Amino acid sequence: MSLLIAGVNDGQVRLLIILIYLGLLLFLGFFASRLFRGTKNDYLLASHSIGPFLLLMSLFGTTMTAFALVGSSGEAYKKGIGVYGMLASSSGIIHSLCFFVIGIKIYRLGRKNGYQTQIQFFRDRLESDLVGLVLFPILVGLIIPYLLIGVMAGGGVISVMTSGAFPGLSENGGVPAWLGSLVICVVVLTYVFFGGMRGTAWANAFQTTVFMALGVVTFVLLANKLGKGDTIVQSLRNLSLDLDLSKSTRSDITQTQFLTYMFIPLSIGMFPHLFQHWLTAKNAKSFKLPIVLHPIFIMIVWVPCVLIGVWGSSLDLPNVKPNNVLAYLVNTQIGPVMGGLLSAGILAAIMSSLDSQFLCIGSMFTNDIVTHYAGKDRFSDRAQIWIARMFVIAIVAITFVLSLNLDRSVFTMAIWCFSGFAALFPVVFAALYWRRLTAAGALAGILTMLGTWVYLFYQSEWGADTEFVLDFFGKDFPIMPVVAIFICTSVSMVSTSLMTRPPGDATLAKFFDD
Amino acid sequence: MTNVDTLMRKLIWLLVVLLIISHQDFWNWEDERLVLEFMPIGLFYHVCISIAAAVVWLLACTFAWPKGIDDFEDERTSNRGDA
Repeated sequence: MSLLIAGVNDGQVRLLIILIYLGLLLFLGFFASRLFRGTKNDYLLASHSIGPFLLLMSLFGTTMTAFALVGSSGEAYKKGIGVYGMLASSSGIIHSLCFFVIGIKIYRLGRKNGYQTQIQFFRDRLESDLVGLVLFPILVGLIIPYLLIGVMAGGGVISVMTSGAFPGLSENGGVPAWLGSLVICVVVLTYVFFGGMRGTAWANAFQTTVFMALGVVTFVLLANKLGKGDTIVQSLRNLSLDLDLSKSTRSDITQTQFLTYMFIPLSIGMFPHLFQHWLTAKNAKSFKLPIVLHPIFIMIVWVPCVLIGVWGSSLDLPNVKPNNVLAYLVNTQIGPVMGGLLSAGILAAIMSSLDSQFLCIGSMFTNDIVTHYAGKDRFSDRAQIWIARMFVIAIVAITFVLSLNLDRSVFTMAIWCFSGFAALFPVVFAALYWRRLTAAGALAGILTMLGTWVYLFYQSEWGADTEFVLDFFGKDFPIMPVVAIFICTSVSMVSTSLMTRPPGDATLAKFFDD
Repeated sequence: MTNVDTLMRKLIWLLVVLLIISHQDFWNWEDERLVLEFMPIGLFYHVCISIAAAVVWLLACTFAWPKGIDDFEDERTSNRGDA
């Protein structure tokens, strides 16, 4: 099907499908706004009304970014099947572990003590205002690269998938990447502003369904087309006949890299937007479904994408960048309608993370800075919601401008951003399980994380050098930088805590049951 | 908490540790065999790890669910009812 309607080219068909999808999201946000109760608690935490299914979908949608569909196939194209173990099965174990060990406890403390943000929890637990003041710019600073990942990938996807739609408009004749990024920002801002957390949760559930379903459909269609078998199993077998040995094994990945990648998924224990999602739960039991099904959902999305990437490596693809392998195969093998739907699926994965991040930075600013220092009664709930919206627009504007001037791979930015959050994991874990953690200890840990992160990032020439090697008795072991940052943070936090006065009994009684 | 509860909790955490250790399958590193004639064994093994993770977390939610967390829910609900 090269032409759907006479006079409309393939790129325009894909663009039309993308626009219809974005329109549906706006409608969903508008519909959610009809249920808005007008309070800040309802806007930021959906009045703690999110049940098991919506919690599962929103947690999964939030943790899966552009990397889940585009990056997984691209990395598998470069490095082979090891990418699945390195990033997907490890996340299946560690993410659920974080939901179980951190999420449920945060939920309970949040409900009991009325927290709306992560910083409120740390300030209260550590009896320190300074902790919040130090943590706020660090968390916002780490979220900006995370936002950049989504904004840049969104623009890139729209540009690639609409190539040829308007010859002469840009280099590839598609919608320029900057315009695509701008449209994504505006759409997400609009439905977040209209629908708040409830709209975000609904949009996440919708988008998660879309990208999971389209991922599987794309896989089956591509397998049949490329494998040319009578049945799907036969097609899969045909495709496996010519697999490149380095891609069907892990010979391109070292064992120490594989092992130390396990630290990266710990980042979700410190993502402020996940903290906020945990607080939206209706009750503690709502966590059970996400904890159990999260590894399976990751598998459903990642296995097809990794296999497509590996197949791509054995095909003779002309000058295709790894991140464009999936889009290239869809565009050349299964036509514009499926291409448009897949674009919608990829954008769904991107936007289902962006929305929570937008909402979260707004709530951090109003709760942790504005009302914390100006007083709770200074502004009405509606005024606070508007302050949150203005701050989000400012951060999104900064992110958008950065996206126009930055030339770093999405993967590199993701790894460094996640490394920073993962290295803060010891602080949240100790705050929940170690009575002896003190404000000075937490501050020492946070500042050590910042110092080692900036130092190593600088040493890597701001992400350009991706090889981090540990020299151990004259032998080189490639590892992930997060390990060094994580260890330094932990040592500094524990040693400083032991040297300073422990928190008071009243505070400990508030956070520890026995 | 009874002795059985304590034992079950320890068993669950042992399973989680085993799962993390099993994830480091150095023995499959350069194994090029295909399972069902299409899936590289290194990938198939990690698909099994994903399924095993779901099973372990199901057991954790059933036998090692934090004590008192649901009581807190009930307390909150009944307080609201009283009011």
